[in-house]
Amino acid sequence: MSKFKMHILVCGGTGCHASESDMLLDNLKTIVSDKGLDGEVQVIATGCFGFCEKGPIVKIMPDNTFYTQVTPADAREIIEEHIVKGRKVTRLLYVDPENKETIADSKHMGFYKKQLRIALRNCGFIDPENIDEYIARDGYEALAKCLTEMTPQQVIEEMKKSGLRGRGGGGFSAGLKWEITSKSVSDEKYVVCNADEGDPGAFMDRSILEGDPHSVIEAMAICGYCIGAAFGLVYIRAEYPLAIDRLKIAIKQAREYGLLGSDILGTGFNFDIELRYGAGAFVCGEETALIHSMEGLRGEPTVKPPFPSVSGYYGKPTNVNNVETFANVPVIINQGAEWFASIGTEKSKGTKVFALAGKINNVGLIEVPMGTTLREVIYEIGGGIKDGKKFKAVQTGGPSGGCLTEKHLDTPIDYDNLVASGSMMGSGGMIVMDEDDCMVSMAKFYLDFTVEESCGKCAPCRIGNKRLYEILDKLTQGKGTREDIDSLRNLSHVIKDTALCGLGQTSPNPVLSTMDNFMEEYLEHVHDKKCRSGQCKALLQYIIEPENCVGCTACARNCPVNAISGERKGVHIIDQATCIKCGACLEKCKFNAVFIK
Amino acid sequence: MGQVKSLADLRKIKEDLQVKMSLREKSNNPESLVQVKVAMATCGIASGAKQVMDFFIDEFDKRNIQAVVTQTGCMGYCFAEPTVEVTLPGQEPVVFGYVDAKKADDIIEKYVKNGELVEGIIPVNYQTIEKK
Repeated sequence: MSKFKMHILVCGGTGCHASESDMLLDNLKTIVSDKGLDGEVQVIATGCFGFCEKGPIVKIMPDNTFYTQVTPADAREIIEEHIVKGRKVTRLLYVDPENKETIADSKHMGFYKKQLRIALRNCGFIDPENIDEYIARDGYEALAKCLTEMTPQQVIEEMKKSGLRGRGGGGFSAGLKWEITSKSVSDEKYVVCNADEGDPGAFMDRSILEGDPHSVIEAMAICGYCIGAAFGLVYIRAEYPLAIDRLKIAIKQAREYGLLGSDILGTGFNFDIELRYGAGAFVCGEETALIHSMEGLRGEPTVKPPFPSVSGYYGKPTNVNNVETFANVPVIINQGAEWFASIGTEKSKGTKVFALAGKINNVGLIEVPMGTTLREVIYEIGGGIKDGKKFKAVQTGGPSGGCLTEKHLDTPIDYDNLVASGSMMGSGGMIVMDEDDCMVSMAKFYLDFTVEESCGKCAPCRIGNKRLYEILDKLTQGKGTREDIDSLRNLSHVIKDTALCGLGQTSPNPVLSTMDNFMEEYLEHVHDKKCRSGQCKALLQYIIEPENCVGCTACARNCPVNAISGERKGVHIIDQATCIKCGACLEKCKFNAVFIK
Repeated sequence: MGQVKSLADLRKIKEDLQVKMSLREKSNNPESLVQVKVAMATCGIASGAKQVMDFFIDEFDKRNIQAVVTQTGCMGYCFAEPTVEVTLPGQEPVVFGYVDAKKADDIIEKYVKNGELVEGIIPVNYQTIEKK
């Protein structure tokens, strides 16, 4: 039915656009119609290919030829040689930097390998409400393999060998956790899936549950088999209604197929799953608080040990893993621990899903092998910073993490490197900030979050964080002193050392990390009463430049608080005490007389 | 389908399903069957994926085009929601971003009927697990 025989795709992303891809597009279109190929060859601009360093990119379909660094002058050769005569333009093909071979087919190019989807393997591919599609993609095969061909100990060994570490943030070895729980002696044990994803800007777990719920169900059953549990619970926040619906459908279908319930696959193994809803408290992502919440108690953490692996849900041994951790399990069983361990860095194996948010062009969900650099994630996969602004920092690990700056751009991302750089993996939220973001305000934002979310059980967290917030607020109001900066640091260390659980122990991290990396901004807020990003409104001053002011009165007429005075045709003045910094005068002035200091 | 009783059962079901799914992909009647997948995670639905999916189902019906419209999870291109993956018979899938009813209409009229691409294509830039 297709009349078009060939398509020429030209990258229209910001990077390629900057290197004349629009002219290239025009040239290609003109030459195509000159040759009378209008009805057969279509030229079209696409979104970013994520290969901006070799841009502009041109891809020819259906033969998947991939040309890099194409200039507008190359258009004629591409059409005359490739399209008309069917000969590829070798000099424009991508050359593999390692073995110097030219690669014509984009599927073999290194940059495609930047993203590898393991946990997200079925997301956006199968219908999450149809178990058949999951089974057709090797679904439940890992469970069957474990139940019929492997002993629990063998499965645990395989998990340990794979090097899979907890994806919820801490990075504890999943296999080891399973082993400890399996060794705890008890008449009953539990498998818990932690789907209480609470970091601002993180949505990996939600997407997995919405896109591939069966992968988590299958992995929980495998875990149950290993540790000797017959019952699993998914603790999911009630703010995730769609994920809850899809999980419910998936559990129902698995029961109908006999993949959950009693005597699974005729092996005598029993396992079933129920859901428990959380009210969206951040602290309930901490495993002891999560277990208390499931028991119907207040979501407050308790001191570890005892670890849940020994005494968890109703005092029984409980294995708590995060959604993404579980989503990796079936693949490890199917493909083998060695395969999994071949991906990633020495101590962090496999891939990690990140939710890219903030001032980045391609906001979305990505999955990269451990060891990928921040630069690759932000510039190649994320398409760079919005509106061509300058990169300033990226916040990882949510309110418990820290920020990474330009000097960390080439650090390979894994658990240990992130900690060494003063941040942490966390659950995988990455919030990208540009030059318009104020780091003091950023720290204040996270403290505001922690103050809201503190359960109030211990004083360092309940009172200390509130004080931290107040000091930060004072700085952004331009009322800070040098002593405030010292107290910020001291108080942060006290809270870190004395708080009861992970929430309090990590809540000062955004403050400490921004102070380490952006001390000059803190000092400017204190000494110069200045915010270089212009985000702290209280520190801005709108001023009228007398030389440019013609006395048109436009600003005075539009000022909502009558802060501007001046005669008609005379120079106007803004009264700083009355000014509310709304910016109306700046907007209305036609003579560039109003500026921000 | 009944209960799955053993590994052999599961493998058999899988094979049957794979045949079914590949039939859907490589239909005997390659002129007719078009596959459309609509990304229906929270991000997609919030930007109108439900309406887009309904539109595709209704319009394929009205315009007498045989097509399978299914939902799927998040493709990861949250910046360009709603996203839709269209696979024409015998061709590689193409992902279109920022799809509203008007764009959906364009996709049906231009791409599905004519093989002509429309603006808003998102190049796929990831690798999936290769079977051992």
